[in-house]
Formats: sequence, structure tokens, C-alpha cells
Amino acid sequence: MLSFVIRRLAVAIPTLLILVVLSFILMYAAPGGPFNSERPLPPEVLANIEAKYGLDQPFWKQIINYVVSVVTQFDFGPSFQYKDRTVNEVIAQGFPVTLTYGFWSFVVAVTVGVSLGVAAAIKQNSWIDYFAVGVSIGAQVLPNFVMAPILLLVFTLWLGWLPGGGWNGGQWQFLIMPVIALSTSYMASIARITRSSMLEVLNTNFIRTAQAKGLPMRRVIWRHAMKPTILPVLSYLGPAFVGMITGSVIIDVFFSTGGIGQFFVNSAFNRDYSVIMGITILVGTLTILFNLVVDILYAWIDPKIRY
Amino acid sequence: MTLRTRLLATTSAVLIATTGALYADGHATHPETGETLASDQSFTYRVGDESPSIDPGLVEDVDGADVVRDLFEGLYNQDAAGNLIPGVALSHEMSEDGLVYTFTLRDNAKWSNGDPVTAGDFVYAWQRAASPELASPYSWYMDLMSIENGGAVIAGDMDPSELGVTAVDDVTLEVRLTQPLPYFPQMVTHGTTFPVHQATIEEHGSDWVLPENMVSNGAYVLSEFVPQERLVRTRNPMYWDNENTILETVTKLVITDENVALTRYLAGELDRTDIPAGQFPRLSAEFPDQANSVPQACSYYYMFNLRDGAPEELQDPNVRKALSLAVDRDVIAENVLAAGQKPAYTFTHWATAGFETPDIPMATMTQAERNEMAQELLTEAGYGSDNPLSIDLVYNTDDSHRSVAIAISQMWKQTLGVETTLANQEWQTFLEARGNGDFDVARGGWCADYNEASTFLDLMQSESGYNDSKYNNPEVDALLAEAKTSDNPQANYDRVEEFIAQDTPIIPIYHYAADYMYATDLEGWPYENFEQNWYSKDLYKIAE
Repeated sequence: MLSFVIRRLAVAIPTLLILVVLSFILMYAAPGGPFNSERPLPPEVLANIEAKYGLDQPFWKQIINYVVSVVTQFDFGPSFQYKDRTVNEVIAQGFPVTLTYGFWSFVVAVTVGVSLGVAAAIKQNSWIDYFAVGVSIGAQVLPNFVMAPILLLVFTLWLGWLPGGGWNGGQWQFLIMPVIALSTSYMASIARITRSSMLEVLNTNFIRTAQAKGLPMRRVIWRHAMKPTILPVLSYLGPAFVGMITGSVIIDVFFSTGGIGQFFVNSAFNRDYSVIMGITILVGTLTILFNLVVDILYAWIDPKIRY
Repeated sequence: MTLRTRLLATTSAVLIATTGALYADGHATHPETGETLASDQSFTYRVGDESPSIDPGLVEDVDGADVVRDLFEGLYNQDAAGNLIPGVALSHEMSEDGLVYTFTLRDNAKWSNGDPVTAGDFVYAWQRAASPELASPYSWYMDLMSIENGGAVIAGDMDPSELGVTAVDDVTLEVRLTQPLPYFPQMVTHGTTFPVHQATIEEHGSDWVLPENMVSNGAYVLSEFVPQERLVRTRNPMYWDNENTILETVTKLVITDENVALTRYLAGELDRTDIPAGQFPRLSAEFPDQANSVPQACSYYYMFNLRDGAPEELQDPNVRKALSLAVDRDVIAENVLAAGQKPAYTFTHWATAGFETPDIPMATMTQAERNEMAQELLTEAGYGSDNPLSIDLVYNTDDSHRSVAIAISQMWKQTLGVETTLANQEWQTFLEARGNGDFDVARGGWCADYNEASTFLDLMQSESGYNDSKYNNPEVDALLAEAKTSDNPQANYDRVEEFIAQDTPIIPIYHYAADYMYATDLEGWPYENFEQNWYSKDLYKIAE
């Protein structure tokens, strides 16, 4: 197991390097640049700025300098767009916000999703099943960019119960709507995967055997059916978790949370090269990390898997 | 939040609460108007995006400039109508040749840490703004102000200390120009010219703009700054005119989606927000005392590509003029946009200070007459139903630009039988394509840098870096060069506008309006200020 983890981490390093170089090339290939605007800067002014940010150097040197400063000093450089901030500061400010609402969305999505899925499978073709399937289909077809304005309309404008956005240091009132909007579609997918997985497991021989032994249904479900049911859910959860904690631009746009998703999209529009790179590396690292975590959990849950 | 910032935050919150209470008891009415003031003197407004910087030397956008005007104070401020009123400077004198300005500063201006604001602070700030070391995207403003050696300092050919600005003593600032500039005093209301605190910048480097470090001299100090979320400023007890400041806190919230912002405004969370495109008619009917439209110093236009190698048919001025004539500006302004915009037949915005809109023949014709003339011109040029003109029109991705483009392509089609292919491009791609001349007809929008017609018309100079159509008319160049130093340049501007109408390098379409919702208890907003330069120190809230 340990050697597996080490092997995976060793592969992660070249993967990240390829990610960095590819992103760098794609970014520079896009038309425009961080200092283009409707009013082109006078050449002397542009030259000063390019010298300040090292953009006057040859392309290969820029990549090398960048990789070196990231690896040796963990320094992602200054933001080209937000001239008062460095990329490290941008991430340090935006990422905890995203992590907070992403984490809570994950908790809600998993708890509600798995419960609905299990309940639906056990009581297949009953009103519980229809209800659970109805809810998950409803949540699936109601994307968060539709959900968010509806929540705002109901809870902020009509009822006046919740603030319409902002973060305010992460007070709970400011968390509720982002968490609902972000978790619903994930919750729906989790519920559907859990339901079909559980139905499949319930039809297998070892469950029939357990039931034939006279075990109570509750025990059959929890002791025997749950573990194999959760495996397909787990492979969905790894990427889903990274997706949630690395930000949703929809959530950031509609609830003005100041999270990382907003910075990511803006940096792409503004050609803020250093912020694009910083967030790409962050998301890439987290994706690799959580895929590894999922693989380890797999081995732990499924006795058939050995690394 | 570290312990230190938490302590600071709590202390300042207590201080604000107590001074606020004292203030409300002692000054329940406005000192000038006598209106009863609300007990809650906080103002919250929406912006669509985070500003690149709030450092006066680096500030480059309108929202950032609004913040800088609250945190810092320059030589002059503007009143509600946009006239100059004393800021740190009480007055100035101009030498006879118009090349030397001597400002007399007040001796009671202080930084938020208690240091006096001196002429030396301005010298430091101006040298810093022009220096290659800071590499400010707005350094060219120092050159635009025609300050001696400005261009050389920016280019790195001279040391910043050679810039033509000197502190004669603590309260006397001397500025030397390379050419007389009649509107020079107006230019010092811009953030780039505001003083900054040298010791603070030298101690903290670029982190000096953080709330815990910043020392400023405006009516407000920075108390909270979370990028992409909020920026809060609270009144500055050290400000020389603090006793006349009424608002206690001013909060800028970044809300990207204008419809979300409107919802939050209607829920009472905001005191000011933008009116989303297309909603002005409904909102002004429903909330007549809140929806407001004022002229905004920008012009919307289409430009033709006049480069060598650009499509042949558009090199004929008659074809361009026909296309311009066939655009029914009234329909665009009143039906497509319907938010207070004005049809444009001149490039210069009609409300620009000192500018009288010249009589452009096209402006006084009816649309039927214009269409008839357009058809004649196009037929003369050899285009018609058997040989239809087809052009590509490109604009940057945006709903409102699309509506305008669709409407205009329909007008061209119906009146002239012109086939238009519409294409939209993402902003940076669009700028690059337009800059490289990779278009037939492209959308343009231009906003005034200062309140004078040359801020628009200079784009028509053949050498202008902003002249993307590459219009080249030596007569226009000469007229504009002469206008620079003329005491009464209106005649020159009239001629340039006539040339624009005749040669049609661009089609002026409409002059912008700024549409906002303002809370009914908010008073003191400078609606009359054409540049929409507002100062929180002049705002207040009345009890309802």
C-alpha cells in the first residue's frame, strides 16, 4: 500500500509539470494579453510594465523562471490584474471561502443523497421511491444558475430571511444559500447512483443468503449491502469533492462570495497569466490528491482490491 | 483575521459606534439644508468587478477612482456640478506664458496618522506615478498633463526627480508645463495626481494598500478590503473638514450579476445599484423616485476599417456615408436601449463642457430623408439589388451590443439591401482583432478622460494610438493640433465634426447615459456632475 502511494505521488510530479507547461503555452497562445485594453498603452508605458512582470523575456525563460520560483519558494508571483496583490494572497483569500462552502455542500450532498438513494432502493416502487426519484430528477434539471436566482428571490426579496450575498467572514446566514445551490445537483447524482447501486447489490446472491439466514433487514442493509453499494458512489465523490471545493463560478457570481471560482474566470478573461497558473496548479494538485484518496478508500472498503 | 486586526476592528467598531451616536445626537439636522438626518449614516453600493488597484499611483478604472477620491484628497475637488473647489490646495496662480502653475496648499491638511500633508507629498506622488519602477498603466497621465520631462521620465531616459514639479516650501507646489494647457487645473482632480504617504510606502512596499497599513489623507480611511467581495471605508477623524462629513461608513460590494444586485437593492441591502440593460422603462415607471438616468461621458460608435488591404467597397466615403445615414438612431436610443441615451450625430458627447453640438446636416433631416439620400449614394457607388453590398460587423460579446448590431443590420438590409454578417468576439480577442485591423466594421465605445471635447476628437488624429479605423486626414490633424493651445477651440471642433460627418470614418450612434437606482433616503448625489465624480463626504441620508 505504501509503495502504491509513493508511486502515485511520484507520477503526480511529471503530471503537474505537464499541466503547467501546457497551460502556459495555451494561455500565451490566446489572443490579447494582460495589459491590453480599449486604450492601448503608449509603448514606453507598456515596456515598463512588461519589464516589471518579466514579460519582456523570452518565452522559455519565463516558463523556467516561473517553475523555479514556484518549486523553490512556493511563490506564484504578482497578479497582473490586481496590482495590489500577489497570487499567493489572492488564493489565500479566495480559497478558504470556497473550501468552506464547498465542504458544507459536500456534507449536505452526501448525507441527503445517500439517504434518499438507499431509502428509494429499499422501498422500490413505493411512494418513497417515487418521491426520492422525483426529488433527484427535479434537482438535476434545476441547474444552479436557475436555482441561485430563485433562492435569492424567495429568501432575500420575498421573505427577507437571508442576506442576498457576500461572505462577511463566513457567518452561517451567508452560507445557507450557496450551500443549497451548490449541493443540489451533486445530491441528485449521488442519490441516483446510490439507488441503482443498492438495487443491484440487493439482487446479488450474498444478500439473498443473508436474508435466508434470517438476518433482520436493517442488519442486511448496514452490514452487508452498504459497503458494495458505496463503491460506485465513491468514484463519483472524488472528482465531485474537488469540483465543490475548487469553486463554482456560478456560486461566486450569484452570491458574491469572493471565492476562487470568480477569480479563476476573471483571470481568464483578463489574461491575468499568473492567477490563471496559480489556480490551475491548485486545482490540478487537489484533483490528483483526491483521486489518490479515493483509490486508497477503495482498497480499504473493497476486499477484492489490493494494491 | 489575526488578533491584531481583530483588535483593531473591534476598537474601531466601538469608536465608530460612539462617535456615531454623539454625532446623531448633536447634529440631527443637515447643517445647510436643515433636513433631519437618519441615525444610520452608512452607504452601500454595488460595483460589477474588483478594481485593479486602489493605489492612487496605479488606479486605472472608474470604480477604483471612486474609492481613491474618498481615501485621498488631491489639489482640487469637484462640487456637485463638476466645478473646481479647494481640496488640499486653496488656490493657484498661472504664469503669464501659461507654463508655470503655483498652488498654495492649506496648512491644516493631515494624514490619517497625524502627519501634515505637504507639497513634498505631491512631489513624491507625482514622481512615483511617472516612474518606470512603479510601471503604472496610468503613468501616461503625467505626460498628458504636459508636465516638463514627463515623457522622458516615463521612458526611463530621465530620473523621476527631473519631473517638472517642485515643493517650494511645505505649502507651495510649483508645476512646470511644456505647453500651455487651458484645462490643466481640471486634470488635478484625477486620482493619479493625489498625494501618497512616502514613509508608509517605503515601509510596506506594495502591501501599503492593506487596511492595517494604509495612511491616507481623504475624508475616509480604509477599514476593510476583501478583494472580489467588499471594501469598507470609515470616516477619517484627522481629515481637515471632518466636522462637515456626515456619512460614517461607505461599503463597496462586488456583485458581478446586475440582476442579483437589483434584487439585493430591492431587498434593502444596497443604496445604489446599476439598472440592468433593458429594465429602465419598467423600473422608472415602478420606482420613479429611485430610477435615474444621467448623461454619461461616453460615445458609442461603429468604425470602418480604412487601412490598405481592407475591403475595397468601404474605402468609398459615399458608401460609408450611406451606411451611416441608414442607421435610425432614434430607434436605437428610444426602442432598443430605452434608458436615457441620446441619438448621436457627432462623436463628441453632447453634454461635454464647453462644447456646443454643431449643426450636422444629417441631424436635422427626417429618417425618411436620410434613407432616401442613403439609397441614392449607394446606387451612385454602384451597389443595388443586382450587386448587393455585403459586410462583416464585429462586436465584443455582450447582450446590449448584440441588440444594437441586430437592429442596425436590419436597418441596412431594409433600406439598402446590404447583407451584414454579425460576429461577436470575447473582449481580449476583439481588441486584438480590432487593433490589427482584422475587421470591416467594428463596434467602438469611448469614454472621456477629462471633460473637454478633445478627449473624444483626438481619436481622429492619424497618429493616435486609439484610432483603430486608421482615419487619416491632414486637415483634421492640423485643426486638432491648433485646438490644443487655442483659447476658443470650438470652431476647430465644429470643423472636425463636419469632417467626421462627411468622410464617415466612424458612425456615431448614441451618447451614453448612466442608469442607476438610488435609495430614496440618499441625498447629495452629484447628478449634475457630467464625469459622475462623487465624493462620499458630500452624501448623507435623511430620516424617512
